[in-house]
Amino acid sequence: MAKMTKEEVIEVAHLARLAITDEEAVHFADQLEAITNAMELLNELDTENVEPTTHVLPMVNVLREDKSIPGLDRELVLKNVKEHEAGQIKVPTILD
Amino acid sequence: MNFETIIGLEVHVELKTESKMFSPAPAHFGAEPNTNTNVIDLGYPGVLPVVNKTAVDWAMKAALALNCQINRHTKFDRKNYFYPDNPKAYQISQFDEPIGEHGWIEIEVKGEKKRIGITRLHMEEDAGKLTHTGNGHSLVDLNRQGTPLIEIVSEPDIRTPEEAYAYLEKIKAIIQYTGVSDVRMEEGSLRCDANISLRPYGQEEFGTKTELKNLNSFNFVRKGIEHEQVRQEQVLLSGGIIEQETRRYDESTGKTLLMRVKEGSDDYRYFPEPDLVDIVIDDAWLERVRAEIPELPDARKARYVSELGLSSYDAMVLTLAKPISDFFEATVAAGADSKLASNWLMGEVSAYLNAEQKELSDTQLTPEGLAGMIKLITDGTISSKIAKKVFKELIEKGGDANDIVKAKGLVQISDEGTLREFVTAALDNNPQSIEDFKNGKDRAIGFLVGQIMKQTKGQANPPLLNKILLEEIAKR
Repeated sequence: MAKMTKEEVIEVAHLARLAITDEEAVHFADQLEAITNAMELLNELDTENVEPTTHVLPMVNVLREDKSIPGLDRELVLKNVKEHEAGQIKVPTILD
Repeated sequence: MNFETIIGLEVHVELKTESKMFSPAPAHFGAEPNTNTNVIDLGYPGVLPVVNKTAVDWAMKAALALNCQINRHTKFDRKNYFYPDNPKAYQISQFDEPIGEHGWIEIEVKGEKKRIGITRLHMEEDAGKLTHTGNGHSLVDLNRQGTPLIEIVSEPDIRTPEEAYAYLEKIKAIIQYTGVSDVRMEEGSLRCDANISLRPYGQEEFGTKTELKNLNSFNFVRKGIEHEQVRQEQVLLSGGIIEQETRRYDESTGKTLLMRVKEGSDDYRYFPEPDLVDIVIDDAWLERVRAEIPELPDARKARYVSELGLSSYDAMVLTLAKPISDFFEATVAAGADSKLASNWLMGEVSAYLNAEQKELSDTQLTPEGLAGMIKLITDGTISSKIAKKVFKELIEKGGDANDIVKAKGLVQISDEGTLREFVTAALDNNPQSIEDFKNGKDRAIGFLVGQIMKQTKGQANPPLLNKILLEEIAKR
């Protein structure tokens, strides 16, 4: 059975941009460990000749023709934006 | 210790489709900021992406042109990351079932041919454009968000900055021939990142690599790699270790600067895109796309050598850009001598385009116009020198070479009697030159030719003039 550490929880929380405290990390580590261990049970099944299921519907090739329609009115686009300037969305600079 | 440089390149190419990869918003470069978007691009709740069929066709076309095997079962995956250039907080890309794999192209550096492997070619969507204002804010334009992209990943088969340059030129040429992209680096429709590592000669295992970004021209790719290999060598020789990191090429200093410590692919938490079903490519689809692939640069190059008698180098240069190659073929089809057509296109035409920063299509020159002028050279009506004047007129104003020559009175003087008069006059006026020539100074001839050319406004037939000049000088 795999062990879930507090550090792993903090790492995953960071990737998902979730702010959690150390206590919460410990708490979730226990819960996540129980969940992943439950999932591990599935590994007992032999799935050697089973195709992975990514969708439940037996559908492929849902495609559309390459036709464009005009973009949304910019005023609408910027309506829910906190701050904008010269038709662009203004955000704090993030240098990654 | 001597190190071997290992280079792999990742090339992103924007497909020039009408609409976006997963939304019907227009996918055009150069529109007013945030006018080519819709709710799918903006990541509104409840919207569903639908795959653009042409984008799949074109990605397949590019993959086939790069000798890839097409995966008959292909799917999309989510790559999760947070950054203001993408409001969905994930990019739809392909992870483990890219549309194309195991391709290759052939490059030539200093006369040596080499095959560079292509690991994979996959489809994805482009992100928006961020402009950093420098005062703590960035401006986001989401027009580019969702534009169809293909990413072409090379095998780590490249060993020198020159090979990297040749690889990019070849990728660009092949994609341009297929017609699926404008491949304009200055407009961002072709972009390149480079992975570089060093290893001691003889060592099997690769060293730790760094990824180089912000390479905005083929020259910067070459220079960035040159700098990075020196930097890594110095680190290794001084006993340091190379960190796996992303570095940025700084155009002003020519150096590479640390951007961030590289995240692993696990950090992107890829998973199959639940909003899109898989794609299955049958024989009919594959063959339809394959049949649409035109003659590619290598095949054209071979034909120019074997059928038109061009040198391998000339054929290579002519076929690098499709517009030039197409123009060359049309010029030859219009009756021009192929070697002269090749020389003019690689010489005067390309010099003009470079000096004016123009594309061939921005000028008035037509294949018929160029062919007409070349025919006048071949039949002796005008000299190559006069042709340059005609050429300038043709490329700037267009028209017919014959008309220009007549209107400007540029017809070459090939009448012996007329030329002899000019020669006699020049000899009478320059007795010193005759003396000099007889004393063994061959340069005197050049001076006399120059004088006569001045008198005839450059219209004297050069070989005939030379012949008559030597005859007349011998009589003195």
